[in-house]
Amino acid sequence: MHEKKVTWGRALIEIAILVALFTLVQYFITTGLLNRYYQINLTVMCINIILAVSLNIINGFTGQLSLGHAGFMAIGAYASVIMTTMLDQPFIIGILAACVIAALAGFIIGVPTLRLKGDYLAIATLAFGEIIRVVLQNIDYVGGPAGIVGIPKLTTWPLLFGATIITIVVIVNIINSSYGRAIISVREDEIAAELMGVNTTKYKVLGFVVGALFAGLAGAMYAHYFYIIKPETFNFLKSFDILVIVVLGGLGSTTGAVIAAVFITLLNAFLQKYAAVRMILYALTLIIVMIYRPQGLMGNKELSRKTFSRIWSGKNGPVRNK
Amino acid sequence: MLEFLQQIINGLSLGAIYALIALGYTMVYGIINLINFAHGDIMMIGAYVGFFSVSILGSNIWVAMLFAMITCAVLGVVIEKIAYRPLRNSTRIAALITAIGVSLFLEYTTIFLLGPNQRVFPSEVFPMETYNVMGMLVSNKEIFIFVSAVILMLILQYIIKKTKTGKAMRAVSVDQEAAVLMGISVDRTISITFAIGSALAAAAGVMVGIYYNTINPLMGIIPGLKAFVAAVLGGIGIVPGAMVGGFLMGILETLVSGYGSSLYRDAVAFGVLILILIIKPTGLFGKNTGEKV
Repeated sequence: MHEKKVTWGRALIEIAILVALFTLVQYFITTGLLNRYYQINLTVMCINIILAVSLNIINGFTGQLSLGHAGFMAIGAYASVIMTTMLDQPFIIGILAACVIAALAGFIIGVPTLRLKGDYLAIATLAFGEIIRVVLQNIDYVGGPAGIVGIPKLTTWPLLFGATIITIVVIVNIINSSYGRAIISVREDEIAAELMGVNTTKYKVLGFVVGALFAGLAGAMYAHYFYIIKPETFNFLKSFDILVIVVLGGLGSTTGAVIAAVFITLLNAFLQKYAAVRMILYALTLIIVMIYRPQGLMGNKELSRKTFSRIWSGKNGPVRNK
Repeated sequence: MLEFLQQIINGLSLGAIYALIALGYTMVYGIINLINFAHGDIMMIGAYVGFFSVSILGSNIWVAMLFAMITCAVLGVVIEKIAYRPLRNSTRIAALITAIGVSLFLEYTTIFLLGPNQRVFPSEVFPMETYNVMGMLVSNKEIFIFVSAVILMLILQYIIKKTKTGKAMRAVSVDQEAAVLMGISVDRTISITFAIGSALAAAAGVMVGIYYNTINPLMGIIPGLKAFVAAVLGGIGIVPGAMVGGFLMGILETLVSGYGSSLYRDAVAFGVLILILIIKPTGLFGKNTGEKV
């Protein structure tokens, strides 16, 4: 508790860094230094960060393997687009609708499926993700397999940056709260957690719903940047994409997820012309990481000020975060 | 009524294919508790080997099938040795993600080497003939698929029940440590399981080529998932369960596309999966075992 006094000062430094980062990129965009190609990659990067951080709360912290994250993203994308284009609401209503409906879907899907464990759960979530896609393909109101074209470009850099930061801050705060400790206890040992009086079902569903909510947010951001959405975009390969990021970053490490999202987006941008090679590299990365470093880049550790100050003072070695 | 019977007849050959693929899933799961996501893609490789031996070597369909089975048996063993064996004692999530990795690797290596386009399975290998049996139409393709699948299943049953290898496989799936103590080579047994499962998948791949007439590098995904549903439906890890589950899935699918919308065909398969997982996760043939602390 003695750290309490300095927390504000540290928070101010963090806010200052974020504001500086934001202004810098904004400056680059307005002056045209960052052309459209880089802007697209920047957008993809932010969306990937939101997706990875939100999937990480399900797969990494709650320890429940979900393979249907793209389904929630699809729900968010479609919900927001229906609000903005068909019902003529402002974008903010679209975003809120995306989050609420995706979270609701997460709840509806989570309550029955989270009774399952391990691979069964993985398959059930994969199935739900696919069902969402097939159902969207069969609704004529949202264009069926062709999807919706001509979505206004409402996702701006300030909005996207804000959404990314809010996602990270909210999820980090959940993890560091008593809810987060309960969630992690479910991952570590479900039976022991239950014996300690943790309502495991409640916390599993909570993790799942929070993850789905932010996936919906990512979907809304995605839909209002890329002009077109169609069900095929949100198939299970998209879910695997997000999973690769989370696994590479380290299941249970938010900073790991962010770093991996940035890395994978850049890698994708470089390999864009060679789609097949990109996927082969992806696959090999998955296999090799799992064999040689199954805990991922960061394990379940976080990169934080403490890490830096340790490196600074020359005390290298394993860094354990509280 | 006649139409209903006709749909069931149509479903039998599709079901036989699913059953063959499901057997591989179930055997691998039974022995190392791994959902081998790459199984559908092994089927795809089998279809390609069959395709090339028919179109380039000009072999007949039996030789093509045998060729595909041998190639995929080797492939399955190699995959197990390289990718799954190092992970045998790690978490199940790690193994599952590796399986996804292997699956993507097989798909995109095939795309990279052979191109993403569809190939038409040469129809002259199997000239289409249709017979009218009591008002129902049966094609020679359907008979071929059904009969050869049943023969393969009988051979499998013989191997599992009557041979020493089969006994070893059953022993390892019941208790690995006890099997080691009895002098069974676990590594070898697991390799053989992968070989047999992959060979069955390869045969199914050639059948899919005959059934749908086209093959492509991503053809393994959906049948693979559906066969997995079939394995879960019958009770994963249980060999007769996979056979029954496969036939049920095939019949269900043709009924849905026959009477309802073919667009919902895939959703129905996944719906079945979710229902089974929620109502009876151990499957039709599974027994409930209590959770051990």
